[in-house]
Amino acid sequence: MSDKPKIAMYWASSCGGCEIALVNLHEKILDVDAAFNLFFCPCLVDTKTKDIEALADGELAITFFNGAIRTDENLEMARLLRKKSQILIAFGSCAVEGCIPALGNLVPAAKYFDPIYRDNLTTANPDNIIPLNKSEIAEGSLGIPLFLKKVRTLGQVTEVDYFLPGCPPEPHRIWQAVAALIAPDGPPPKGSVVGVGPSTVCAECRRERTDKKIRRFFRTYEIIPNQTECLLDQGILCMGIATREGCGGLCPEVNMPCTGCYGPPAGRLDQGARMTAAIGSILDLGEVKGLGEKELHGRIDQALGAIPDYAGTFYKYSLAGSILGGREKL
Amino acid sequence: MSTTFEAKVVGFLCNWCSYAGADKAGGAQKPYPHNFKIIRVMCSGRVEPEFVLEAFRKGATGVVILACHPGDCHYKTGNVIAAGRFRLLKKLLIQLGIDEKRLIMEYISASEGERFIEVITKTVRDLESLETAPA
Repeated sequence: MSDKPKIAMYWASSCGGCEIALVNLHEKILDVDAAFNLFFCPCLVDTKTKDIEALADGELAITFFNGAIRTDENLEMARLLRKKSQILIAFGSCAVEGCIPALGNLVPAAKYFDPIYRDNLTTANPDNIIPLNKSEIAEGSLGIPLFLKKVRTLGQVTEVDYFLPGCPPEPHRIWQAVAALIAPDGPPPKGSVVGVGPSTVCAECRRERTDKKIRRFFRTYEIIPNQTECLLDQGILCMGIATREGCGGLCPEVNMPCTGCYGPPAGRLDQGARMTAAIGSILDLGEVKGLGEKELHGRIDQALGAIPDYAGTFYKYSLAGSILGGREKL
Repeated sequence: MSTTFEAKVVGFLCNWCSYAGADKAGGAQKPYPHNFKIIRVMCSGRVEPEFVLEAFRKGATGVVILACHPGDCHYKTGNVIAAGRFRLLKKLLIQLGIDEKRLIMEYISASEGERFIEVITKTVRDLESLETAPA
């Protein structure tokens, strides 16, 4: 075995996009390989959990942990890798703030399986079979990981050294984060968010902004936005205003609104609340003097009506890490 | 059970209208529910949605935002901004599993001391019956 420092990359509840972001380092991946031994990564190398268990505590120099904590297996691996790693990095939106898996937190835990296993129009399930933690069959007992009541972030179940947001993190930002860890003037303070900019996506977006006054919102299929004006100014629900800088403004560059994958801006706890604050203050409601409460609220509701799914839009990537975290309490 | 529950209600009052209204009620030595906890803000537009969510996370039964009447804001549009955020927050709360009736916004001017008492007394009572009502 090589005596290079060992690193690991593990996926919990995730899609695999973070691993792709890592190999998107292109030829720089060779530099990573020259400096480190990629000891454990179920997507890319063939070591197993028992090999991790056999390591001494802290023997892994760095672990990139992507994915949210959805099952008891995710939880167990998070704690195991924490114990075996000197530096544990929450890698990507799922590990940092829950991302898409955490949208399950909008549904009561008891109903979580219903849309797929019970209510789906194309599913016939007369015996009401849903995934169970333990099933007894003729050959013995079968087990699959237990679904926990609520999706949590890595930082909510164990101590995390650095947070690297993004869905997935942009390759140049991954590189920047790794470079910061081994910088001559020492690593950033523990608990830092790394591989990001100081402001919001708007700081990186090249579109022209004006004072916003929005009469109605459009969904992306209802309008062809022009190439130069701010998308939000044009009535398209762009999350850039409530999203941390880091991606380079890639989506608005190609006429797609930001959906918020880098999470809330620096110093902010709740992306949905930020977006609520922003949207609430840019509605064009006309003259309000002398308006009754009903009329005023009616005008507001009318302007907001075109937004299809408030929590799903505003918390698409950040529900688990938000202030309320979803419906279920733990 | 139904008579012993005491709501914890957080109220954000704007400095120029609603807080002055509450002050007027206080000056007249009118009693109002002691479990209505007042936080004075310069403007209802200062009430960040985070404040409201944080109050609910910490166990508030209800959150009340009191503002100037539409068109009467000391800062011209602060109360309208607050209203926009309030309507949107209600929609978010429904999806996050919190009864939207727990978030209340009312408009109270500096001269409406009586109305302040009425609104607060009714709100606290409503919240308490909401909490004790069978689910």
